[in-house]
Amino acid sequence: MTTKANGEVLVKVSGVDKVFKRGSEEIHVLGGLDLEIPTGEFLALMGPSGSGKSTLLNLVGGLDRPSEGAVEVGGKRIDQLSDRKLAAWRARHVGLVFQFYNLMPVLSAQKNVELPLLLTRLSAAERKKRAAIALDIVGLSHRAGHYPRQLSGGEQQRTGIARAIVTDPTLLLCDEPTGDLDRKAGDEILDLLQALNREQGKTIIMVTHDVHAAARATRTLHLNKGRLSASPIDQ
Amino acid sequence: MFNWIRQVLAVTRFSVLSLPQRKGSSAAAMLGIAGVVAVMVGVLSIAQGVLKTMQSSAADENAIVLRSGSDSEMMSGLGGDDTRIIAEAPGIARNNLGALASPELFVIINIPMRSTGTDANVPLRGVQAQALNVRERFRLVEGRMFEPGLNEVVVGVGAREQFAGLELGSSILVSQEMWPVVGVFEAGGGLAESEIWVDAPVLQSSYRRGNSYQAVYVKLNTADSFDEFKDALTSDPRLNVKPMREADYYTSQSTTVTNLITGLGTLIAFIMGLGAIFGALNTMYTAVSSRTLEIATLRALGFRSGPVVISVLSESLLLAFAGGLIGAGLAWLAFDGFRTATLNWASFSAITFSFDVNAGLLIQGIVFAMLIGLIGGLLPAVRAAGQPVAMALREL
Repeated sequence: MTTKANGEVLVKVSGVDKVFKRGSEEIHVLGGLDLEIPTGEFLALMGPSGSGKSTLLNLVGGLDRPSEGAVEVGGKRIDQLSDRKLAAWRARHVGLVFQFYNLMPVLSAQKNVELPLLLTRLSAAERKKRAAIALDIVGLSHRAGHYPRQLSGGEQQRTGIARAIVTDPTLLLCDEPTGDLDRKAGDEILDLLQALNREQGKTIIMVTHDVHAAARATRTLHLNKGRLSASPIDQ
Repeated sequence: MFNWIRQVLAVTRFSVLSLPQRKGSSAAAMLGIAGVVAVMVGVLSIAQGVLKTMQSSAADENAIVLRSGSDSEMMSGLGGDDTRIIAEAPGIARNNLGALASPELFVIINIPMRSTGTDANVPLRGVQAQALNVRERFRLVEGRMFEPGLNEVVVGVGAREQFAGLELGSSILVSQEMWPVVGVFEAGGGLAESEIWVDAPVLQSSYRRGNSYQAVYVKLNTADSFDEFKDALTSDPRLNVKPMREADYYTSQSTTVTNLITGLGTLIAFIMGLGAIFGALNTMYTAVSSRTLEIATLRALGFRSGPVVISVLSESLLLAFAGGLIGAGLAWLAFDGFRTATLNWASFSAITFSFDVNAGLLIQGIVFAMLIGLIGGLLPAVRAAGQPVAMALREL
């Protein structure tokens, strides 16, 4: 699915609270949070550690559920889906990019990229073909047969991005995608994300600590003490 | 369903492929289970060996007659007249010597065991010529048969192997006199191979038994002749006897010892199995812990909990199966055919037998190993699948 920024709201977070329990102690990470993300936007989420950036990302990606409030993606209340339906929804609509790549060490780059396609009804030949296309998009066709331990950090993250886009998801969620990379490799990853946003219209939410990385996004929001703002106040 | 199976196969494949990364703990669990299975199969093969020896002793068309109320030859007693009446009963096969009926005398003598030097109760059986025709599997393998009327003995191959001083040409002490060993016989692996045979009238005389016997072994025309034979004996007012099929008699003789060994073996296996379950639990918790990232990532990508549970269980079952195979193989190599002697509680005499590690026991051992693997893998599997994805990803 290719989309362009068109003002249509893709992600709508309404009055979301998130409370974690540690023993008898309750930790309020997000409180009454509202957020709308239009289709085709490249949003950078910044904020200090523990501000709730990753928690918000997890809620939007259906990896966690809010304590209160609603999360809608593409007009669908994902917080009300059963675990089973939520897993299927994630597989179909969300591409995840992790800080530490989270590749399967026993699989080659090609097989890692094919992983999400195992959740589809595609034939082995079709899976292979689509994984090859995804690897080509991230410029790693020549490393398809290599295992994660044989790849540099930047190459591993490219593989992670290829895995995230291989199902052509609506939404790309990136949690500190350059956090484990040097500046050069980080820039290459940001170039890639920017290209995916501009050329393929992917809606991207990127959590980052890095101002330099956030500058690549079309909008930056700052999260502090569970509240969003357009500027880094109260930090 | 198709999609679910594909997920199961994919996740299980990762488990198996990543096994070499956990080879230390995996090998420990596997060998622990192998040890349990080897001991269990080894102990149970004793009971199987005793049972096999008893079953090999019986022929379908053979019967034994004891005094009514007796459970074994040791407790039985029959007069010479009784044995003659029994030999005339209908249903008994005949040859040129007459009815295939063998009145026999059964006493116990002390002979030291080769392995420990301690005295064992060795059966000394007094027989006559028809005994060899009643027991078709009797075969002299060394020397000759004893001469009727002489103080001579022939010994079973099992007895010669387990008890000291029973070699051909040596002599044994019977009733204050030394009797030479003149022959060695086989009996198809049956109980008789644990015995020493002598001429019945000579034994009666030596032990001052007059003309009494303890049992009559008979060969019937067919296995179906037993009811006719039994009815004739039990309805004869001159007799007070208990006819039994040989198979039933030997089964009853082995029940105590096989139950005891099976019970003991099962208890040992159960206790060791508990230990192995904790070993498997520890290994699988370690495996799940070391794969937290992998499992959380797969679930984040959309893989469901069921395949994760099955993959962890599959890994545990695979290790258990390998352990079971190794244990069963070790038991087979170490114990199968190992010959020894034990006390038959029914007759208070020693029986020699071989450990019997048969296919049924091997399968039983492997199934037990799989059970250990299943229990050991279940809790870690549920834990792996139940951990919230976001939390699992954050823990790294």
